[in-house]
Amino acid sequence: MALDAILKPINRLGRGTASALAELGYAGAILVESVYFALVGWRHGQPVRPAAIVEQMRQVGIDAIPIVLLLSFTVGLMLGIQFVSAFSEFNAESQVVMAVAKSVTREFGALITGILVAGRSGSAFAARIGSMNVSQEVDALYVIGIEPVRYLAAPALVAMLVMLPTLTVLANTAAIVGAALYCAPVLEVSPVVYIIQTLHALEMRDIWEGLSKSVVFAVIITLVGISTGFGVTGGAEGVGRATTRAVVLSITLLVVADMVFSFFLNR
Amino acid sequence: MDAEPVIDVQRLNVWFGKRHILHDVDFRVMPGEIRVIMGGSGSGKSTLLRHLLGLLKPRSGSVRILGTDIAAASSAEVLRLRRQMGVSFQGGALFTSMTVGENVALPLREHTDLDENTVRIMSRLKLEVVNLGGFQDLMPSQLSGGMVKRAALARAIVMDPKLLFFDEPSAGLDPVVSAELDELILQLRDAMRMSIIVVTHELESAFKIADTITVLDRGHILMTGPVAAVRASDNERIQDLLNRRPRKVEVDTDEYLRRLTEAEVD
Repeated sequence: MALDAILKPINRLGRGTASALAELGYAGAILVESVYFALVGWRHGQPVRPAAIVEQMRQVGIDAIPIVLLLSFTVGLMLGIQFVSAFSEFNAESQVVMAVAKSVTREFGALITGILVAGRSGSAFAARIGSMNVSQEVDALYVIGIEPVRYLAAPALVAMLVMLPTLTVLANTAAIVGAALYCAPVLEVSPVVYIIQTLHALEMRDIWEGLSKSVVFAVIITLVGISTGFGVTGGAEGVGRATTRAVVLSITLLVVADMVFSFFLNR
Repeated sequence: MDAEPVIDVQRLNVWFGKRHILHDVDFRVMPGEIRVIMGGSGSGKSTLLRHLLGLLKPRSGSVRILGTDIAAASSAEVLRLRRQMGVSFQGGALFTSMTVGENVALPLREHTDLDENTVRIMSRLKLEVVNLGGFQDLMPSQLSGGMVKRAALARAIVMDPKLLFFDEPSAGLDPVVSAELDELILQLRDAMRMSIIVVTHELESAFKIADTITVLDRGHILMTGPVAAVRASDNERIQDLLNRRPRKVEVDTDEYLRRLTEAEVD
């Protein structure tokens, strides 16, 4: 019995590790297959249709623009308020421009967009594919001769890889405008001058840091959503669980990936 | 008959974990035949169907469809096979994001270079065949159960397949609608010379449409033969099925005790 008490947690740890590795491998396989179908699928009768990509781009990108703008504008404003109050303690208000510009482009633009899209589209991928799985629509795709990864995953991945960086650029802009509206009066300059100062403070690598993160976020959100969806079992309840899991897991991975990126890019 | 069988399954064994689902299954269907796979719940008929459809690959034994070994086929060969197979799933499995017409047209759009007009005409023709003319613009959620099955049938036959699979055609339908569906299956075979495999547990429908019946019970094929032979069979399990008798459960005491006391493993 004492042996049992030791063995059980080890057993559970082993199983947990094995299933996590299996999931990672599955997600990796979806990534490889999606890229394969997107590049050479048309040669093997499995083309990724531009119309499907455009439709996905609308759903994950265009439809998300208002909420991304609103949220990042608000976060920009908030950063402005915090930086002004922090820097004014040692009379360094002029540094606010630099602080806002770098933190938004390197960090917050990509992160806010990522979290938002994970909530909107990561869950939608999981729910859509999950319910298709439950109602045998995925099987139907197979027997019609349509590879589900080509039809469901590849367009989503391509759309996310285009739209997430695009949304991130929009988010950066909105956040800086938001900061400008609060900070410019404090710094006694016009908002336009504030934005020009921001552009001077920024280097290309700040923008690239944010954009390269957003590319990684796009891959994480898509793969987590889609692999969770394909793994759904247990009817409608399973679809609900998968949706929750997709959002929680992708936001967690996103934040961890962000931290790792920031660590290596800022050494 | 000297023709090649359209389906040739040999010594198929399937395990899910510890459970032995299919035992040494041999299964052969000739061109133009309507074969009904009959059996109660848990008899393994869905698992056999999933192997015939290539959704599961055989680990032991072989499955040849239209002469091609499913397990050894390249993806191009599998794709070629898929174009000659139609499947109507139990719940229809229509794509809920598309209209009925788009559902039926999907295989044509994916596998042919036909222009939009031809695709539209051909898919409407198939909808007419299943008596759903004029319903192409509705969404699947707007259809009744019987209409969903017929729309799924239209999608399954839109490429004029050589092989048609039908999973539980009468499940969840009233007797009249299910009888109409049986008629439709017979007409399809006569009009299009397809080989049709129907999985069902409905006796009446099985006897009406089948040329031959395969009876599956707990993973074993009890018999394969013409309708009359199955009816006349003196096998007790088959007679239980035909006469809706509850099966006699034999209790193996050791096995029973082992199941009760066994430690959790999975």
